[in-house]
Amino acid sequence: MAIKRGVSLYSFQNETFQNKMSLEDCIRTCAEMGANGIEIIGEQTFWGWPEVGVEDAAIENWHQLIAKYDCVPVSHDFMLDYKRYKGREMPFDEQVASVKKDIDFGARLGMKYIRALVSIAPEVLVAAAPHAEEKGIKILIEVHAPLHFDHPWIIRHAECFEKSGSDALGFLPDMGMFLHAFPPVWKEKFMRVGVPQHIADYIEKAYADRVLSEYVILNVQQMGGVGPAIAMAETLRHNAAFEPKRMLDYMPRIHNIHGKFYEMTADYVEPSIPYDEIVKVLQQGGYDGYICSEYEGNRWIEDMMEPDSVEQVRRQQVMLANLLGEPTPQLRAAA
Amino acid sequence: MMDNKMIVEGSLETSDKGFAFYGRLPYYRGLGLSMIEDIQITVDGDLIPREDVRFHVRGKTYTLDQMETVYDDRWNFGEKAKIIAMKAGGLPAGDHRIEFAVRMRVSYLPFVPTTKDTKVLALAA
Repeated sequence: MAIKRGVSLYSFQNETFQNKMSLEDCIRTCAEMGANGIEIIGEQTFWGWPEVGVEDAAIENWHQLIAKYDCVPVSHDFMLDYKRYKGREMPFDEQVASVKKDIDFGARLGMKYIRALVSIAPEVLVAAAPHAEEKGIKILIEVHAPLHFDHPWIIRHAECFEKSGSDALGFLPDMGMFLHAFPPVWKEKFMRVGVPQHIADYIEKAYADRVLSEYVILNVQQMGGVGPAIAMAETLRHNAAFEPKRMLDYMPRIHNIHGKFYEMTADYVEPSIPYDEIVKVLQQGGYDGYICSEYEGNRWIEDMMEPDSVEQVRRQQVMLANLLGEPTPQLRAAA
Repeated sequence: MMDNKMIVEGSLETSDKGFAFYGRLPYYRGLGLSMIEDIQITVDGDLIPREDVRFHVRGKTYTLDQMETVYDDRWNFGEKAKIIAMKAGGLPAGDHRIEFAVRMRVSYLPFVPTTKDTKVLALAA
């Protein structure tokens, strides 16, 4: 089985927030790109979820659209707001009950997976696993920068999953953890809010040289950096060039991939994330699930222009098709 | 994110009791109302006291203190909520500089973000 292409509708958030794209527009757009796996954040796509609930008519509409465009539901990304109550964390049993609700919601949508945020305790997921098994759903914790596959928190999850004996627990790695170069759209944004050129250049170079974040922050302070310059240096605390091959130890539990990207250039390159290497590692590991595009450049450019999320996702899908040895998707001309 | 889309253009209105505009949550998803920690409104530099702010969505109106324990209603993704400032006499016609800041409690973030938008909105005579 080959690696399959999909899209997280998170990618179109700038358009859907403003009602410029409907759910049908999103699904049709993915289908046109040959990216037929559809991932959603349940509460972004469906108003009312989770506190109010979602009517059956909206779920029926979802299934009709999926069928109409020959797509496949992949993942419902849930949030679990364990800070719902001011000043106290949601009790354990209530957290488990909440995850079970999201398992049921994922099942209503025909999803194979639901995504858990990385901050959720492994014991909560282990307690919900039997319910997931009953419903034919796997719960995948999103391994996302600044965390990574060698971090003790992720290792603790892996150990809990193994001990549980359940195959309904797994991982969803976000490719942003393999950030091998400082993203140009980040640098440009920081310069627009006042970071001097020489400091921005220094931070970009220090990132390329893999200098420890704390040294970079101190150096920027000593260069006279304040406010946004410190903030730019501090991004190195939360991002690092971890190695894609670290996924290999965990392949049996990796079932979905977030194809995070910050920018796709006109010649189909993501300047900051090494997708050629990533695809090779996934193929080496025998991965046969989806890579779902997750465009996150929008928030870095929206202060100066309206993001064109569809064109950005289209470019990434062309890149992925090329890397996977598929024919270049016949897509609409760039609008 | 979505900072510059929080205040809905052209939505300012006034009455004898105060003024209102439409506001959107600056986030890629919605939030249950109990996680909206604060909404700050300033008009032409004057801060509206917290107890004079009202949040209105789908026919229901809440004070900010009430919202803290609302577990069965949401501010949905991209949803335009009416943000109301109680202010006797309302606002005179003309341009007004509105600042709108939302502080939200997000479970997975190691900080409590406040996001702000500022726009000049016109009130017709």
